Amino acid sequence: MIVAEQKPFDEIYERAKRHKKILLMGCGTCVTVCMAGGEKEVEILASQIRLAARERGDDITVEEHTITRQCDDEFFDEATARKVAEADALISMGCGVGVQFCAERFAEKTIYPALNTKFYGATVEQGVWSERCAGCGECIVDQFGGVCPIARCSKSLLNGPCGGSSDGKCEVDPEHIDCAWQLIYERMEKLGRLDELEENKPLKDWTHHRDGGPRTVTREDVKL
Amino acid sequence: MSEDTLKSGSRLERTLVAGEFAVTGELGPPKSADVEIIERKAGYLKGVVDAVNITDNQTAIVRMSSIAAGLLAMKHGLEPVIQITCRDRNRLAIQADVLGAYALGLRNILCLSGDHQCFGNHPTSKNVFDMDSIQLIGMLKGMRDDKVFACGDEIRNTKKQPVVEPRVFIGAAANPFGDPFAFRVIRLAKKVNAGADFIQTQCIYDMDRFKQWMEQVHNKGLHEQVYILAGITPLKSVRMAEYMRDNVAGLTVPDHIIERLKNAEDPKEEGQKIAVEQIQEIRETPGVSGVHIMAIEAEKTVAGLVEKAGLLPRPQ
Repeated sequence: MIVAEQKPFDEIYERAKRHKKILLMGCGTCVTVCMAGGEKEVEILASQIRLAARERGDDITVEEHTITRQCDDEFFDEATARKVAEADALISMGCGVGVQFCAERFAEKTIYPALNTKFYGATVEQGVWSERCAGCGECIVDQFGGVCPIARCSKSLLNGPCGGSSDGKCEVDPEHIDCAWQLIYERMEKLGRLDELEENKPLKDWTHHRDGGPRTVTREDVKL
Repeated sequence: MSEDTLKSGSRLERTLVAGEFAVTGELGPPKSADVEIIERKAGYLKGVVDAVNITDNQTAIVRMSSIAAGLLAMKHGLEPVIQITCRDRNRLAIQADVLGAYALGLRNILCLSGDHQCFGNHPTSKNVFDMDSIQLIGMLKGMRDDKVFACGDEIRNTKKQPVVEPRVFIGAAANPFGDPFAFRVIRLAKKVNAGADFIQTQCIYDMDRFKQWMEQVHNKGLHEQVYILAGITPLKSVRMAEYMRDNVAGLTVPDHIIERLKNAEDPKEEGQKIAVEQIQEIRETPGVSGVHIMAIEAEKTVAGLVEKAGLLPRPQ
């Protein structure tokens, strides 16, 4: 999923108070799962804004609205359009994609992000999410025992660990980052495929990654 | 070996090919445009070492570029080993710099991944890592031996003009102490396969582990394919030893060394003594072709160390 976390409240509030009527839009997909911008988080943030407005004497009303996916046209229904029309501005609790998709749908409204979108990741334990994929556009994890060195090595090294690997940890942040190459080594050892790690991996073709410019996937077979 | 069978003709290459026990040093460029610092450091190292590594924004702190500082060092009689990291430049920039370095007369290049920028003075910067150090080695070998750029184009200005490739002696680093230990020698083999001509190791304090690693190197026959220079950093104090032990990932400083420094009247002197003993032990270790002395901001002390180790005068 796309993992995001809420911006500091003051940063959100500073933007909210520029307007009288705010529509706070949640998203029911990834950011609901990572507890950053679903219906529940919309409710909490809306209450926080109202409370702060009352305490600080600002005139702000906040409407709450959560749709299934902010990155998909079909969920922007009439009720949503109506609520947007009534608001002065939008605060999206979707990921960066959701924020932009809202902006494209409602070109006449100012829209603010309430989240910082972080990465493609997984829930590793309740309340902890961790990066797994960098979206390089050309998946090679099978060569590395199912561990992606592009996303999970701090230097995206394809040919083995740098000198900064110690006790299975990455020197960039030993408390939070596992050395991807330690994980790769252990996995390949278990699979009896260590010899494959002796192969020199050639230069990566980054054109499939963001370096080829903003990307589009087109499927002619499913187009309407 | 005659001049035309040499890969680069650098003094370092000639020294190693001749079977001499090589000595390389290190010169950190200034954190300013101050030329005088380079001149002074070069003065300490001239005639003492066969070649000098010129670091490339080491520990991710901005310094004068390694090529510029290397050229200045060369003007003062040193043979530079230009360090290139993958952190700050992509394949276009690195190849351009390699052509430039060669055109300026620089003949040795050391390929490194590079310290992560979070450790330096610009932690908010973006890193590059378009390639890793092993791919960088392969790219330089391709430029030198196949006379092509990474994209496959020939290294010539136009079809009618001659191929002029950068003929450099290619170096790489090895850390015998990082984890996973078993992967360390595999990584060295990959560097050799990619085209490394010489290796400089991380500084060694744990001689047992270094010898263990050298044994693995022998088992793979790598010492016959690449020149290995063992890293030496003289310790100056107990604090330095403890700092190295606690803060440099993959570096171990055994207790007996720290004890010796603690009990010494003059820890700096003791550190030098330890380094001399280490050099002697390394000289007796089969498969090691030289030492790489990294005297961090202590270039002044290198001459004394090399002399006490019985490695002066250097072959010219």
